[in-house]
Amino acid sequence: MSHVTAAQRQRFDNVDTPHPRTCDRPVTLRAGKAFQGCFQGRCRPYRFDIADTGRLNYVSRVPGPIQSIERAAAVLRLLARGSGHHGLTEIADSLGLARGTAHGILRTLQRVEFVEQDQATGRYRLGAALLHLGTSYLDANELRSRSINWADTLAARSGQEVRIGMHHDGSVLVVHHVFRPDDSVQTLGIGAMLPLHATALGKVLLAYDPDLSATVRRRELTSLTRRTITRPQMLERVLTEVRGQGWAGEAEEYMPGEASVAAPIRIPGGLVVGAIGVSGAADRLCDSAGRPRATLVRQVCQAAEAVTTSLVDEN
Amino acid sequence: MQRFVMAVDQGTTSTRCIVFDQNARLVAVAQREHRQYHPRPGWVEQDAVEIWRNVDRIVPQALRQAGITADQVVAMGITNQRETFVLWDRHTGVPIGRAIVWEDIRTEDLVAELGRKPGIEEVRDRCGLPLATYFSAPSLRWMLDNVAGLRAKAERGDVLFGTMDTWLIWNLTGGVNGGLHVTDVTNASRTMLMNLSTRQWDPMLLEFFGVPAPMLPEIRPSTEISGTTTRVVPGIAITAALGDQHAALFGQACFEKGSIKGTYGTGGFLLMNTGDELVRSKHGLLTTIGYQIGGEPAYALEGSIAVAGSLVQWFRDNLGLIHSAPEIETLARTVKDNGGCYIVPAFSGLFAPHWLAQARGLVVGLTSYINKGHLARAVLEATGWQTREVVDAMNADLGAPTPVLKVDGGMTADHLLMQFIADVLDIPVVRPLVAETVSLGAAYAAGLAAGYWPDLEGLRRNWHLAARWNPAMEARHREDEYANWKRAVELTFAWARSTPST
Repeated sequence: MSHVTAAQRQRFDNVDTPHPRTCDRPVTLRAGKAFQGCFQGRCRPYRFDIADTGRLNYVSRVPGPIQSIERAAAVLRLLARGSGHHGLTEIADSLGLARGTAHGILRTLQRVEFVEQDQATGRYRLGAALLHLGTSYLDANELRSRSINWADTLAARSGQEVRIGMHHDGSVLVVHHVFRPDDSVQTLGIGAMLPLHATALGKVLLAYDPDLSATVRRRELTSLTRRTITRPQMLERVLTEVRGQGWAGEAEEYMPGEASVAAPIRIPGGLVVGAIGVSGAADRLCDSAGRPRATLVRQVCQAAEAVTTSLVDEN
Repeated sequence: MQRFVMAVDQGTTSTRCIVFDQNARLVAVAQREHRQYHPRPGWVEQDAVEIWRNVDRIVPQALRQAGITADQVVAMGITNQRETFVLWDRHTGVPIGRAIVWEDIRTEDLVAELGRKPGIEEVRDRCGLPLATYFSAPSLRWMLDNVAGLRAKAERGDVLFGTMDTWLIWNLTGGVNGGLHVTDVTNASRTMLMNLSTRQWDPMLLEFFGVPAPMLPEIRPSTEISGTTTRVVPGIAITAALGDQHAALFGQACFEKGSIKGTYGTGGFLLMNTGDELVRSKHGLLTTIGYQIGGEPAYALEGSIAVAGSLVQWFRDNLGLIHSAPEIETLARTVKDNGGCYIVPAFSGLFAPHWLAQARGLVVGLTSYINKGHLARAVLEATGWQTREVVDAMNADLGAPTPVLKVDGGMTADHLLMQFIADVLDIPVVRPLVAETVSLGAAYAAGLAAGYWPDLEGLRRNWHLAARWNPAMEARHREDEYANWKRAVELTFAWARSTPST
């Protein structure tokens, strides 16, 4: 590819990148209503929609290969063979990419931990995350450490106790717990396991994990109170609703008189790795119609967004 | 009109401005880091002008973020890295060289020399501190000896001395145009120049270190700073100042005699309020002023752990066994106990309660059974046992056991460690909802001085429990383990003795 000029390379490189300004547009839409729009990329039309999370999702109308993903795959294949250590120029030259493009791909792969850079030599190699792909995305203690300030803020604002949960072995594992700030006697619940189908934390984890929700629907859904969802079809409908609104609620489905609200925590790329939520007396958390109070839902969603942002920033 | 209190926290690596509301909730945070200079091995310096410029930026930034104006701020409190100081020209406001940081060990030889001088026992008695490079006086003496013409200017009062609180207050209240040259008792208590009983500069200590009195600021109670900003954002009342660890004690609402707070970051800082009793430690602790609200001070005992979180960093960066600090807990949980392995992190000697500069770290109890999980446990347990040693010393000095340990700092996110500390102390460990205890303490002192909060009781009501770890270790097991730890510590002494001096 040495005969390709820099200008030509630049043009190739821009092909599948949507115009960045489009996604910076402030999103002021009513919840529950998806927004759709169209714009012309350099060679393909794109459709994008804005979910209630305020996140733009790009969807190619004509399903075709996305060049940067192909290039990223080529970079990984290159690093996976031979010495396994390559400098930026080597990688760019081997794949016929402009150095800027190769650098961008490497930086992105580094961010998702598929690639590591040797601090001393500056050379790249495959990241440790590739080796245990599928086992864990984020260390539970790391999540607690990153989210502790936001969980405290949520407890202070809502006046309720806060939990952060991750999926573990068919249950919600509580990885962080902040007491309800009223100085009453409470027990630290870190390490406790909660049912997936009967808690707001669990519903969030189920809603964004198709395999997990399929497994859970195949099992018998244990009834814990008279309000616990025990019919698989009903659970499926509720999970669709959770995805639609971006948060989950539950009133007296786990314990009589108790309610909870939770929202998803994501890592870059959108993968849900955990959930943060509040729980407390149903009459304080819900309005007269038994729906979680809007203010509380907003506080929970803001906390979840804040934790998500802190995971993006520090990765 | 809603009113707020502001804290400026001038720390070792960054300066932050935090705005709090009346319920002690955080409303805005602005932060800027400053450069660390290492001109020679062991030297650590900072640019006081850079720090001042950072304050100039973050104060308006915090106001903007909170969406409030200066007249909504009833008071500002200053808290700061302790012992770090700067000298500057009274007439131009220009610093003489850079600020010398508490971590700087350029005075090792000077300290050894001063330690042989007659009157050294009297020094410890008057200021409550052992002679060490850590405190301001030896470094100040070094400056006076090594900068040409400095001593004469200092004697005429043309050059001023200040810890970082003093430097910021002088600049905020006008600098060369009538800036206040004051410090608070807690900061003054870390210089080795203040007499703990009189809470004034002590002529004998000034004589011992060769420091001219005219260069020193006026010492005031923590809540009687009584200045008003004329620069940055004019018109804000500066009502309080406290050293950072003292501010944390205050922010944790440790107002009763015998209450202890522990801040766990890179190192560990434990302070115990000893009330109106000036306790001279017989167990290797430092005596200091906790805070002074009004006429009478609350005294405190301090025990510092040099290596706490930094041992986890070492485990991550130097051994590469984990990718991030919080993963130490994950690794430690892969095993059920330490497998008989102990790590004593005496990287640069041991601090409280041993004070042995020559001690060096060690790993003991290695067998073929030990894996990285056991090492990770030993890393976390080292912070637990060091806490136990300091708390034991505090209890022995005060003659009564403390009922609870209040914790803050980044390491409180480590659930395993917090449980372990509760287990080895055999008392509950509690964490408050507001993690920013240093800034909160400064805000509390400032708000109290301005009448924003009525009294200590009002502040105590703002303290809310966020987590509580109850002790759950069997007594027999605890004492066996503690005995093992003590044996490991003794081995570091033996190693120090057997190391040929260079």
